[in-house]
This record gives sequence, C-alpha cells and structure tokens, in this order.
Amino acid sequence: MRLTLDIALTHLLHRKRQSVVSVLGISMGVGFFIAMAALMQGFQRYFVDKTIDVSPHVIMKDEFRVPPRQPVELVYPGGAVRLLNVQPIEERRGIKNAMALAEAIAARPGVAVAPTLVGQVFLRFGSKDVSTTLYGIDPHRERRVTQIERDLIRGRLDSLLTTANGIILGEGLAAKLGVGQGDTVSATSSAGVVLKMKVAGIFRSGITTKDNFESFTLLKKAQVLHDRPNVVNEIRLRLADINQAAPLAIALEARYRYRSESWEETNKNILGIFVIQNGIMYSTVSAILIVAAFGIFNIITTVIHEKERDIAILKSMGFGEGAIRNVFVLEGVVVGIVGTLIGWLLGFGLTELLGAIRFHVEGFVTMERFALHYTFTHYLLAGTFALPSAVFAAWLPARKAAAVNPVDIIRGAA
Amino acid sequence: MDKTPLIDARGVTRELPGTVPVTLVRDITLTIPRGQFVAITGPSGSGKSSLLYLLGLLDVPTQGEILLEGTNTTTLDKDRQAQTRLARLGFVFQFHFLLHEFSVLGNVMIPMRQLGGRPNGEIEKRARELLAALDMEEYADRLPEQLSGGQRQRVALARALANDPALILADEPTGNLDSKNAQQVFDIFKRLVEEKGQTVVAVTHELDLAAQAHRRIKLVDGRIAEDSG
Ligand SMILES: Nc1ncnc2c1ncn2[C@@H]1O[C@H](COP(=O)(O)OP(=O)(O)OP(=O)(O)O)[C@@H](O)[C@H]1O
Ligand SMILES: [Mg+2]
Repeated sequence: MRLTLDIALTHLLHRKRQSVVSVLGISMGVGFFIAMAALMQGFQRYFVDKTIDVSPHVIMKDEFRVPPRQPVELVYPGGAVRLLNVQPIEERRGIKNAMALAEAIAARPGVAVAPTLVGQVFLRFGSKDVSTTLYGIDPHRERRVTQIERDLIRGRLDSLLTTANGIILGEGLAAKLGVGQGDTVSATSSAGVVLKMKVAGIFRSGITTKDNFESFTLLKKAQVLHDRPNVVNEIRLRLADINQAAPLAIALEARYRYRSESWEETNKNILGIFVIQNGIMYSTVSAILIVAAFGIFNIITTVIHEKERDIAILKSMGFGEGAIRNVFVLEGVVVGIVGTLIGWLLGFGLTELLGAIRFHVEGFVTMERFALHYTFTHYLLAGTFALPSAVFAAWLPARKAAAVNPVDIIRGAA
Repeated sequence: MDKTPLIDARGVTRELPGTVPVTLVRDITLTIPRGQFVAITGPSGSGKSSLLYLLGLLDVPTQGEILLEGTNTTTLDKDRQAQTRLARLGFVFQFHFLLHEFSVLGNVMIPMRQLGGRPNGEIEKRARELLAALDMEEYADRLPEQLSGGQRQRVALARALANDPALILADEPTGNLDSKNAQQVFDIFKRLVEEKGQTVVAVTHELDLAAQAHRRIKLVDGRIAEDSG
C-alpha cells in the first residue's frame, strides 16, 4: 500500500499543474456546496423557525374543502342522480358554536386555542387609506397561540383591554399610514361600519407580510366593526409538539369538517420554493463536481498514457492487474481527499465571509444579515459527494491501465 | 536435490491470431535444469524475445504448456502468474526500464516492497547489498537519469535480483552496452549461477558472450535449430 501510494504520488507530482487544477476543481465544488448549503438551509430554517414561532400551528377556518353533499346523493350513493340548479342556502358564515368547539379542542393535551374573527378593514389616517387584515382576538388566549406580545415594539397587549377601541398595528402598516402609538385612525369594514380606533401598540415580527398587513383588536370590537355579533371565523391553534400539526389538522377536519390547515399547508408555496431552491443548489454543485471529475479523468488518462512503459515494467516485475489499477485509483483518492480538505477550508472561509455581510432586505422575512446554518453534516455530505466522484473518475481510465499488455510495450520500446 | 527441472516446456507454440496469423514460436520442447546458464541465439525475428516472454509468463502459449518448478503455469490465472513473476522470476531487458522518479535505491526496493512480508529497513539493507555486489552502492541515492548506460543496466539487474528469483530472463541485456560493460554483465550472470545456483536464460547476438554459457540454443524461424545440450 505504501508503495502504491509512493508511485501514485510520483505521478501526481510529475504533472503538478494538472494535479493542482484537479484538486482545485474538487475544492471549489466542495467549498461552494458548503457555503451554499449553509446559506440556503440557514435561510430556510430561519424562515420555518420564524413561521412556527410567530404564526399559529393550525388554523381552522369557517369554510369547507368540499361542498356539502345533497341529501339525494346521500340516499342514492353511486346512483345515476344528477342535480341541476342547486340553490345554496344563504348561511350565516362563521364557525358554528365556535366557543364550545374551541373549548373541546383546547381540552386536547398540548394544544392552546384562540378563537378569532378575521376580516379585511380599511384604515384611514389623514389622506392615507390602507387595507389591513384585522384579527379580533382575546389577549389572554392570543398570547398562548402567537408571539404577538413578544413582538410588540410599542405598547402592551393588555392595553387592548384598557384602551377604548384599541388597535395594534404591524410596523410596516403603521409606517404606511404614518401613525404612531396614541394616534387615532378610522377603520371601515365591508359592512359599512366605521369605528375610530386608537393605536395601542406596534409590532415587528420580522415576517414582511405580517408586519405590512396585519393588525389586532379585541374580538368584540372586530365583531362590532364587521357587524357580526358573536361570530368567530377562525380558530387558531398552537401545539406543544410542532410535528403534530399536520396530523391534528387532518383529524380536526375529519371530525368537524371545517377546513383546518397546518402551518406546512398554509406555507405550502414557500416550502415548495425551498424544494426548487435546494434542487438548484444540488444541480449547481453537481455540475461543478462533474467538471472536476473530468479534470481528474483527464489527468489520470494523461498519466497512464505517459507512463505506459512504467506500467509494462511494473507488470513484468509481477504487479497484478489489481495492483496497477490501485495505483491510479489511489491517485483519484489523493486528489479527492486533498481537494475535499481544501474545499472544507474554502467552504468555511466563504461561510465566514457571508456571515460578515450586512444588508437590509425585505423578502419573505426581514433580514439584516444572512441566516447561516453551520453544521458538520454539510462538510460530510460534500465529502461523500466529492470523494466517490473523484474515485470513479480515476477508476475509469485505471481499468485501461490494468489491461495494458506488457509485451506490446516492451517490444515497442526495444 | 530436487530433480524436477526448473523449466519444462512441452510443444509450446505461440500464434498471433489475425487475417494473416503470425507464428512467433513453433513447437518448442525444452527442459532447463536449475543452476544452468543458457544463451539463446538466432537471427533477428527468429522468436527469441517471444520465447523469453512465454518462459517469463508475460505471454501465454496457444498450444502446449510450460511447467515452472513442476507447476503448469499456462493454466494459472493472471494474478497467480503475476505473483509467480514477482516471487520467482527476474527480467532484464535491452532497455533498462527504470522508473524515472525513483532513486536507484528506490527502484531496487520496488519488487521487495510489492512482495511484502519484510520491514522497510530490512528491504533497504538488502537493496544496498545488491547494489554493492554490482559496484553501485555509491549511486544509491541518484536518479536513473544521472547514470551511464552500463550503470543503469546494473541497477536494472539489481532490481531483477531483488526477490532472489529462481530464474533470471535477460533479453539482449548487453545490446546497448560497450564490450567492457557487456562482459561485466555476463560475469555477474556466471557468478549468480555458480555461487547461488540461480538459473539464467539470456538472449544475445554476440557469439563470444554466448560462448561463456553452459548451453547455447539457436532459434531459427521460431523453432529450435541447434541445442548444445
Ligand atoms: N505483434 C506482432 N505482430 C506481428 N508479428 C509480430 C508481432 N510481434 C512479433 N512479430 C514477429 O514475430 C517474429 C518473432 O519476433 P521476436 O521479437 O520474438 O524476434 P527476435 O528473435 O526477438 O528478434 P530480434 O533479434 O530482432 O529481437 C518476428 O518475425 C516478428 O516480426
Ligand atoms: Mg528480440
């Protein structure tokens, strides 16, 4: 083995420049992978953490995924029944018997519940008109379901209880309106009710859509504003165990029929983008590694061509095919290992560099710097990609070397 | 004493396939006992090199078989043939075939390191002894390109002797050497045969060198034309 390594190293040192290029190819693949993975996974985790942290884990809404089945269809299931011109009954929207339902759900272990009335409202301040999603909440319940209380940068959640017609605005919303704490805005609902409301607080969650469009008031005030007394149209849940969100949403919907979304379903679009993002990252890195692998293939092929005579003499000395192949595969291993090690350093350096950059961006979330996810797994993953590709790239020409017929070469050289 | 001959070739023919098949050697039957120094002569193209490759398991007969120390080598798989070359055979060619990147010492150590089973220190000691026996010890740390032709050939010879082979096969080992260096190589062969009981089969064009061997075999057209016994 030492001898095999010695011979392999003399070959690589003999072609220094090509070896360096091959090594750097692998290093770049590994380094970029590590930096990109830290960046992407960091962002994705940050987003998911934020979302889980800030938003309810399950939302039950006053709507149904499938329209209710007509009685005649229930009586003749599978029968050749066709209904035309079905006239829906004008039902009062909202979750029926919401308070009792909320209590029933809250009785489950590890579940906190907040019945809410959500609706679109126009806020007017001076000449500014801004639309907002207004949540009518109960502060005592709300603070156990969302992090609104923690995210307040002005005022307190409880001041909703003490301020007459108090409203809490997202930071971006307040900025658009140009209001501060204590200002009075006028709120208009689609029901035509107009209410003077006093800004009791301002929050900053870091999630751009929330901060720019959401506001909170007492459930009672929201019901008055929308002219829907005693109506609740969303029950929002927070779970002790986040992994239970999807199964619980399914269970609740099966039981109560109201559309129940877990946070994964609510953020399906963004989570879908993440999948694409990861796909792009892996393809980019694969492309770099494939190019690097070509470099290795190229150098090993060149070396084998140049060293045909040495191969022949080693064989005549009694090196078997396996021993010859090992020499060249080992060259791939050496390039792979050195490339990976340098790539690790490169990756570490790049991640540090990214970590030092400061900026201000409002995307899905507001960020001042890259959220980077540091994990040794990325380093291992990069290595387990790079090393086999290096070995494979070397193994292909190495088979040729093993098959060299020493007699042909020795005759030719004589 | 072991009575099995070192080499026992029986009706060995090597034909290259092709639209016009070429016969390299034809129906060679030959036994060589241990401790014999055999010179192979013959005109160019008569099949001397081809016979040597067959005896050295670098090539395989298309007919007949070759027994080495009683073992039929013709039916061995490639790995076993390689192993046999490593442990029992030593080659010297007209061209030295040293590895450029390894020192003289490194070159001589290669077959021993590949065979394994000995610590590196011992291998190095043995390599230095081999070089000393060929008056090359002072060049141990030089690279092959820093040597003269005769010196290179002696290093190649030291390398061939590294694993103490039973059979040394030499294909025109003196072809590139002046008469003084050529005689030196043949003196070494004689010494190996006499002192260590090794067997040498050497191809040569030079009749005065061939005359120094125990036995001369002349090939013509791939057949044995003369065998001095
Ligand atoms: N690959 C090949 N294809 C066709 N013919 C070949 C091939 N190799 C060798 N020969 C022929 O086989 C014959 C024997 O060749 P070989 O090299 O054994 O001769 P030789 O006695 O060693 O000659 P020399 O003294 O010139 O080295 C020659 O006629 C040669 O032309
Ligand atoms: Mg020849």
